Amino acid sequence: MSEHTGGYERATAAKIAELKHPPPQSFLRRHVFSIDHKVIGRQYLDLALVAVFTGMVLSWLMRLHLGWPDAPIPGLGKIAPAGAAGGVMTPEYYLALMTMHGTIMVFFVLTTAPFAGFGNFVLPIHVGAEDMAFPRINMMSFWVTLVAFLVLIAAFFVGDQPPLSGWTAYAPLSAVGKDAGPGQGWGQTLWGISIAIFCIAQLLGALNFIATTLDLRTKGMSLMRMPMATWAWFITAVIALVAFAVLMPACILLILDRVAGTSFFIPGGLVISDQLQPHTGGSPLLWQHLFWFFGHPEVYIAILPGFGIVSQILPVFARKPLLGPKVFIGCLAAIGFLSYTVWGHHMFLSGMNPFSATLFSVPTLIITIPAAIVTLLWIGTIYGARLRFTSASLFALGFVSVFVSGGISGFFLAQPSTDIYLHGTYFVVAHFHFVMGVAAMFGIFAGTYFWFPKMFGRMMNETLGKWHFWLTFIGVYCIFMPMHYLGLAGNVRRYSAFTDDFLQPLIPLHRFITIAALFTGAVQLVFLYNLIRSRLRGPKAPDNPWEATTLEWSTSSPPPHDNFGGRRPVVTHGPDEYGVAASGGRDYTMQAGS
Amino acid sequence: MGRLFAVVVSLIALISAAIFALHTWWLPVDISTHGSRIDRQLNETMIVAGILFVAAQLALAAFVWRFGERGGTRATWPIKVFPGGATPMVVIATVLVGIEILVLTFVGSKVWASVYQSEAAPGALQIDVLAEQFAFYFRYAGADGKFGVIHPEKMSDADQNFFGLDPASDTTARDDIVVATLVIPADQPVALRLHTKDVGHSFYVREVRIQQDFVPGMVIPLHFTATTPGKYELVCTQLCGLGHYNMRAYVEVKSPTDFAQWLKEQAPAF
Amino acid sequence: MSISVLPPMRTSPPPPAVATEPRGGDGRGQVARTGVWIGIGAISMTFAALTSALVVRASGAPDWHHLHLPALLYVNTLVLLGSSITVEIGRRRRAVSGLSLTIVLGGLFVVGQVFAWRQLITQQVAGPSAAFFYVLTVLHAAHVLGGMTGLVYVQHRMRTGVVSMVPYQAAALYWHFMAILWLYLLTLLTIRG
Repeated sequence: MSEHTGGYERATAAKIAELKHPPPQSFLRRHVFSIDHKVIGRQYLDLALVAVFTGMVLSWLMRLHLGWPDAPIPGLGKIAPAGAAGGVMTPEYYLALMTMHGTIMVFFVLTTAPFAGFGNFVLPIHVGAEDMAFPRINMMSFWVTLVAFLVLIAAFFVGDQPPLSGWTAYAPLSAVGKDAGPGQGWGQTLWGISIAIFCIAQLLGALNFIATTLDLRTKGMSLMRMPMATWAWFITAVIALVAFAVLMPACILLILDRVAGTSFFIPGGLVISDQLQPHTGGSPLLWQHLFWFFGHPEVYIAILPGFGIVSQILPVFARKPLLGPKVFIGCLAAIGFLSYTVWGHHMFLSGMNPFSATLFSVPTLIITIPAAIVTLLWIGTIYGARLRFTSASLFALGFVSVFVSGGISGFFLAQPSTDIYLHGTYFVVAHFHFVMGVAAMFGIFAGTYFWFPKMFGRMMNETLGKWHFWLTFIGVYCIFMPMHYLGLAGNVRRYSAFTDDFLQPLIPLHRFITIAALFTGAVQLVFLYNLIRSRLRGPKAPDNPWEATTLEWSTSSPPPHDNFGGRRPVVTHGPDEYGVAASGGRDYTMQAGS
Repeated sequence: MGRLFAVVVSLIALISAAIFALHTWWLPVDISTHGSRIDRQLNETMIVAGILFVAAQLALAAFVWRFGERGGTRATWPIKVFPGGATPMVVIATVLVGIEILVLTFVGSKVWASVYQSEAAPGALQIDVLAEQFAFYFRYAGADGKFGVIHPEKMSDADQNFFGLDPASDTTARDDIVVATLVIPADQPVALRLHTKDVGHSFYVREVRIQQDFVPGMVIPLHFTATTPGKYELVCTQLCGLGHYNMRAYVEVKSPTDFAQWLKEQAPAF
Repeated sequence: MSISVLPPMRTSPPPPAVATEPRGGDGRGQVARTGVWIGIGAISMTFAALTSALVVRASGAPDWHHLHLPALLYVNTLVLLGSSITVEIGRRRRAVSGLSLTIVLGGLFVVGQVFAWRQLITQQVAGPSAAFFYVLTVLHAAHVLGGMTGLVYVQHRMRTGVVSMVPYQAAALYWHFMAILWLYLLTLLTIRG
């Protein structure tokens, strides 16, 4: 540890502690506008929980409509009299549900939960700090995220339809306004505003993650002693810092095209609803480039924390160190870097220069090498283990399985030649749901079962947790594996109903998927029940229920306000000291000694 | 519980793979001259990806089966490191996946180039395609072999002037033929020019193994040769608004003589 | 293949006592500076994205006309550069007054920018280059205002007894970056705008 030259000259340590981190007094400061990273982390997770159930209900409605397009959905007619009179949804309402499902899931679940949520709670404790580097900015980041979420939800209730341009909001459909049909009024503008606000929130969050990791590591916590989850959050924060910094201005330009009459993304000579549009010279492909420059790294923002969480959890329950930790970190860094060179693979057929398709295809395929190495490291870690089965470890193992399933299908979409046929079909839907949806969710579940005792001081019910795993694991394969078959048969995505002749034989498969989705969704209620009941009535958690080594397990459950009770841990060991003969007959050594 | 996990993972992997292998759901028969190369590429990728998929899932299953604790007792067997540590993993992944990437890129980019980086044959039949919310229109040059100029301000669905032609002052526009079905001759190259008058759309014909976006403000060339007469569906694959699901047209491939006959019967647009 | 066993069973050293030393070791003292550097990275990325958008939008578009920048911008430039000097002198002398002067000059710059926008609006300058001008300059001004908030915060902290120079250094660093960013934008808008 090098001595810093800055510091707090002439001020006493006690004075600093007082200024830096005053213990909150009022209820509001303790539980609502808290600057405590643990409270903020839990707030992010609660927000994600609300968002994920919202997104899931939207997907139920969509699946019901796809399976039985003419059957009224009970109650829907009352909730959305305009979009679904009598319970049968209009095509535009279907697309609105799809857009909101994608946006809510990608931004407010897959970014907030694994990255902002768990990262906030765990990262400062992992490095031995008493809080984030900038606690106030951290609090702001959460509340700004909440505002973004509320603005997005408001799009459901504005006079016009909610937005329907998909989570990718391709211009000019998303940019030209009301002439382009329903859903292109205030709903779409709110979508743009929401995402721009969200970007600001995540930039503030990423700044905190990076600064905390770089500057607030405790004595003895060298970079190589950092737990894998924290490594993953750190690298994710670097990716997020660049990605959201690009999406934010892109959203501003989109909003200006909508409300200020500019032509960033709208070319001249467009005739929409028989109206010649008053725009000139804009470039629709510019939006696609800016969006996917963010959009592809976003996939890694969603999944890399899952990598970290799994690499954190597997050694705990395998009772042995992760295979090749340095290789693992190198792979994370390589994926982070390569993620910025591949965005064009979303645009093979977009009308960009066909030569660049080949250029984008190569790094897209190369990125599978570090991903494959990481997978083999996990599988190799299980070799020779004394594997214990808990809800957390089952979800971590399940993560490996679904990540393989989702990653493999990338081979087809990374190649321009096979993408010609599969682009825009359910094959793509299957691919990204497995690799960034299901896999990331498995990471979130594993993290929840693992850290819940630390977060709330109570244990979750393991029996319910295991049932949750088995039914979810089988359920997600029943939902998403058949989507590959649909894609191979040429089933186009983003259709609100399948009227084309060639799609008729595929309807039974769609109905199977719908039933599987309803079933798997219902299983999540078991998780919700377990979550709520354990939070209120679960048995008291010991400090270290899993016999793990990292710093969060050396402090109480839940940790005190400053994490270590006025003391500062000194780290003497790496994060993966499992399978050793330690004192007291234990097979592990804590990072901070005892 | 480890054994249960191993069995479930193995079953999922094997059943999923079997459905792929049995072609229970599969691509429709290809009717283009270039499609067989795409199909071959897809098949080869399927075989390699399938092997990697099954191998990875079974390895996961086998290790969990073998090294999982059983019953309620804590395992006491000695812990082992994977033979050779992380190195074999790096080597396996880099070599296997690396070779795969080289092969796929080398072969695949040729396939791609043959479709998208090549010029249409000189004598190809020229057809203009116009996409709008939510329909496709097709334009043939007519007797003079020349297309009338497109004027966006004259585009009107109400007047059925989909392409925005100006027959009053533009003589080349007068004999243009505009139809709502793409009729093409078999075994003869066709060269399309894709226009959209409003938002983004896409041109996707499964049997022809072709897909290309329409981009507002751009005219995008696309060419192919269909081989088998018949009626196929052309659908939009780029989200374009509420009627997206219903935006389609038919592609009718006719024998060259039938096609010539059909073309003769078409009345000019004006 | 031989199966190697983990390193021979070793006994861990006795648990070191959890230290009760004061907080503030490691990099704790320099977080403000680190934070500003990270912020500079993100802001650079935002303006890089807008630059590439400008270049793409300008290339081959028939409706792109060069925008003649209002002369007032050059006055504003001098004000902003002047504020960069005052903050630097203030930082070296550890003077709170340097902060106050910088805040005033920063405010003057923003006011000047507002006048430049109003000038363009009354001249009814429109078109894509003007749109980019507004986006770039407004975003920059917003970041300048953010920097001023930071300066006010540092001023407040120095007056209430925290005498660490790191926040001051960090604020100065950010402020210099605002000046550099502005010079970059001015160049970009002059050459490509």
